[in-house]
Amino acid sequence: MPDSDPSTNSHVRVGVYVCHCGTNIAGTVDVKSVSEYAASLPGVVVAREYKYMCSDPGQGLIQQDIAEQGLNRIVVAACSPLLHEPTFRRVLKRAGINAFFLQIVNIREHDSWVHLDKGAATQKAKDLVRAAVRRVSLHKPLQKRQVPIHPSALVVGGGIAGIHAALTLAEAGKQVYLVEREPTIGGHMAMFDKTFPTLDCAACILTPKMTTVGSHPHIKLWTYSEVIQVEGYVGNYKVRIKHKPRYVIDDLCIGCQECIAACVYKEGKTPDEFNLGLSKRKPVYLPFPQAVPQKVVIDPETCIEFKSGKCKKTCIEACGDRHAIDFKQQESVDEIEVGTIILATGFKTFDPKRNPNYGYGRYGNVYTSLEVERLINAAGPTGGELVLRDSNKPKSVGIIHCVGSRDSNTNRWCSKVCCMYSLKLAHLVRERTGAEVFNFYIDMRTPGKGYEEFYDRLLDEGVHFIRGRVAEVSDFAAHPSEEGKLVIRAEDTLAGFVRRIPVDMVILAVGLEPQADAQDVRRMFNISCASEGWFLERHPKLAPVSTFTEGVYIAGACQGPKDIPDSVAQAGAAAAEAMALIDARFVELEPYTAFVLADECSGCKSCIPLCPYHAISFSDEKRKADINEVLCKGCGTCVAGCPSGSIKQNFFEDEEIFEEIEGVLAYA
Amino acid sequence: MNLQRTVKFEAETDREFAQWIAHEIGGEKLRECLQCGLCSGTCPLSLYMDKTPRRLMYLAREGFKGDVLSSLSIWLCTSCYGCVIDCPKQINITGMMYSLKQRAIEEKFYPPRFPIPVMARQFSRMVRSSGRITESWLVVQVFARTAIWRLLGMGKLGLRLLRTGRMRLVRDKVEHRHDISQLMDAVQVAKKELVA
Amino acid sequence: MKYAYYPGCSLKGTGRAYEESLLAIFQALNVPCEELHDWNCCGATSYMSVDQLSSYALAARNLALAERENMEIIAPCAACYLVLNKTQHYMHDYAQINSIVTQALGTIGLTCEGKTQVRHPLEILLNEVGLQTLAAKVKSPLQGLKVAPYYGCQLVRPYCTFDDQRNPTSMDRLLSACGAKVINYSSKVQCCGASQKGTVPEVGLDRIRRLLLAAKGEGAEVIATVCPLCQFNLECFQEEAGNSHEPISIPVLYFSQLIALALGLDAKSTALQRCIVPVQTLLGSKGIVHA
Repeated sequence: MPDSDPSTNSHVRVGVYVCHCGTNIAGTVDVKSVSEYAASLPGVVVAREYKYMCSDPGQGLIQQDIAEQGLNRIVVAACSPLLHEPTFRRVLKRAGINAFFLQIVNIREHDSWVHLDKGAATQKAKDLVRAAVRRVSLHKPLQKRQVPIHPSALVVGGGIAGIHAALTLAEAGKQVYLVEREPTIGGHMAMFDKTFPTLDCAACILTPKMTTVGSHPHIKLWTYSEVIQVEGYVGNYKVRIKHKPRYVIDDLCIGCQECIAACVYKEGKTPDEFNLGLSKRKPVYLPFPQAVPQKVVIDPETCIEFKSGKCKKTCIEACGDRHAIDFKQQESVDEIEVGTIILATGFKTFDPKRNPNYGYGRYGNVYTSLEVERLINAAGPTGGELVLRDSNKPKSVGIIHCVGSRDSNTNRWCSKVCCMYSLKLAHLVRERTGAEVFNFYIDMRTPGKGYEEFYDRLLDEGVHFIRGRVAEVSDFAAHPSEEGKLVIRAEDTLAGFVRRIPVDMVILAVGLEPQADAQDVRRMFNISCASEGWFLERHPKLAPVSTFTEGVYIAGACQGPKDIPDSVAQAGAAAAEAMALIDARFVELEPYTAFVLADECSGCKSCIPLCPYHAISFSDEKRKADINEVLCKGCGTCVAGCPSGSIKQNFFEDEEIFEEIEGVLAYA
Repeated sequence: MNLQRTVKFEAETDREFAQWIAHEIGGEKLRECLQCGLCSGTCPLSLYMDKTPRRLMYLAREGFKGDVLSSLSIWLCTSCYGCVIDCPKQINITGMMYSLKQRAIEEKFYPPRFPIPVMARQFSRMVRSSGRITESWLVVQVFARTAIWRLLGMGKLGLRLLRTGRMRLVRDKVEHRHDISQLMDAVQVAKKELVA
Repeated sequence: MKYAYYPGCSLKGTGRAYEESLLAIFQALNVPCEELHDWNCCGATSYMSVDQLSSYALAARNLALAERENMEIIAPCAACYLVLNKTQHYMHDYAQINSIVTQALGTIGLTCEGKTQVRHPLEILLNEVGLQTLAAKVKSPLQGLKVAPYYGCQLVRPYCTFDDQRNPTSMDRLLSACGAKVINYSSKVQCCGASQKGTVPEVGLDRIRRLLLAAKGEGAEVIATVCPLCQFNLECFQEEAGNSHEPISIPVLYFSQLIALALGLDAKSTALQRCIVPVQTLLGSKGIVHA
């Protein structure tokens, strides 16, 4: 153990550099006085002050002094280490000494920027520098560790974001596993009819990408599958994926659909999930005509063969020589190794039953926007006809914005896309039915490219825009003209009075929410969710697609409500970041990790549940805890928690911390 | 054609009023109002209001005291709390309506024979003197001060209520009536002390 | 533990049937309660409009009286339920109100520390008695009588904690347990207009008409209420609300009267003679036994 002041050790030769940072520091702290004080401290060989330490000449000063004065410890008193610690580490490295023989003292964000009293600020800077000099004398030579990256990626979720991310990676020659839990990829976009603002047919622009995914040599597409376990760390993830049985052999089914035609059910009796229950399907079905893969699925809950074992199995007969149907198929599990993971699990829509005032479920002709998308889609339950429950065309339609959104009683946030899709639906409704359309909005949010122009177009088409949050939808007729209609009651805030608008059909522009199992998914992948339930990005402005877990990226609506262009952009970004990781071939990890002194570990296991990153394991043979250096993020919890003090942390060893404290408290 | 200047100058707004309402119960979140209009849409009485609840809140927030206190809307509010439950910002609009009612009474901003504030005042007088309300007496007192001929129209109903034993003619009273008036006086004293 | 029954002014006047049937079913279901001694008017919405602080003090006197006896209050009238709960909440949330009311109460020798719980009969029946116990004691079930349960506003909003504020079902469940067929009444939480029928008649009548026509249109044979003013409004102006094309005549009972019927209690308890729109013929036609 060194003396009480380690900097008195003769082999320690410290250089102290105090930065002016222009006037940022020098305007409040007397940097000359601090540097003179530093020069007087034991162990300090040279102390300088300079206008901009981070500049080339500034860095050059340090490098020169190391060479000429034989310095082996450096203290830089300047701005926050978040900004330039790497810069100065590189200087030490270039000068040939271990990069961790450096201590940064923050005399800007922690001193000059937060204090007004110059005298006190200068004294504080001196105290902090003194502490750093004592600490740095104890620094050990640490090395960053390199971990290889497995050159493959897992994309979870086969919506537009997942599809685009997978294609981007595949085109770059990376091996991609795309896992989707529905029997087909396509996500929500496959359900839409047209997309705003161009009114492109959703299927027309999506299906080419879907088919490319289905046939791409570098993409292993696993639909009707779910991730069940994730282990490992950046570059080395071991993932187990469960495949639900379709009861159809993938390689043999060609999607001819003869089995569906031949099924003993003459008509469908089960609510069709893709059509949101607006039509019925048979137990053997294809989710939608352009499904990828084009393979049918058999639903064991409704198939007679599963329920009674006594079906004629006309489906097998119709399949003929192909023998693609296999009622004995079992669930199977695959385990893969990937280097990076991209989560693109999408969103779900708000359940309007939570707002009983809107009458969803009570009145048949109150629909959600997604249901209406299916109705107007030519491949949907009514062949593209927008009709009421009684099959007549509506003559008047009300579209209610912000259902479930911007409301502290349900979801606080704005769902971003509803104004635009409500405008789109208004246009399509008018086109298909010629009905009078009323949009009830609070604000019209049209920020994207071509969006405001789309709004202009709708205004021109004669759609009524009533600014007022709708209070109620009811069938009570307060006026003869309201008989037999659904009446929307809202204040027309621009006019200043309440209006009652009778319509035939009400469309609820439901907001977007995180998926129901978002919490389970994020736990499985070891990332966080924001308080509202969306996956949490590393930084809201500067790192929107990475997470706090290295190697796991997020893209699309699972990160927050967004439209298709933004989802695709994020998917590309996530793919690029994943690619950067893969192409770097190694990842360097900071050495601030904790380690167990095995001789002193008592095997009490107190540390294991403390680790938020599951980095500590227990060896039953040796009865000792062991910390995985790569998973450890250096949070220090186990170090503090260990009852026998046998866990230490690099760069934050007890001696180093105590020395710093002593340095601050000692008076000059 | 009688043209009137409708432009409002900032100097004509009542800053004190705007600050007062923001400090009353319910006014805590008034600043967060987005003017979405859900309160007006929900309010069962908004169909008759000259100024909808949303508009009233906005005018109050901006300090248009005269417009707010002379509106009949504040009297039409039955405090059903529909607006409070539905408001996406959870603003206590009903709470503010009570404060506005009180201030309108204090500063005499309503038509003299308007039944609703008259009823409120008669109610409070009866409670102060008896500690309890006797409905039949209250009704008579209110109509007597506002539209006495309406009492005649209520004759049939009155008889029915008598027949079914639902019209109480004897004044209902609290035993410790002195306590009630003492309590009410003590409230006024405590209020003054707090302000001082 | 006995409950302090707080009738409120209306239950001694137009709302007598509520008190009579409620106390009777409490007795039959072993809910011990006695009238809060020397209770005073809660102030309802009217006093609150004149002078809020006095209103809180008035309400707090009742809370203090119950607190002195260590009893929980049962307040059947929706307005009383609201005002008592509101006073409780505001005394807790606003220090100024607390200090003024506390000081004022002190001058008459009472304290209110917010310990008294204010409960509603619906909640007592649901949580203390329980649906199963109630169903077991039903002697003359309501034979699928189509009831529109009307909650009104002040019970449900904003202080009701025992039921959903936008779609309450406590009364629904209690009446179903008694054998009634409960309608999913669309207007179950819409305001009846309160005292507007008296002060601004055209406004009040509009509200009443709406509620009645909706109930009728949805097939209700009877409307069940929890508030004396709602009951009064809905029952007493049906002639005015209807017209020659669409006359309205639909009995409006307190939910406690319906439960008293189901429990097979006597005429005094079911208090059907207090109805202005007669209900006996309807009950007879459905085969519901009544005293």
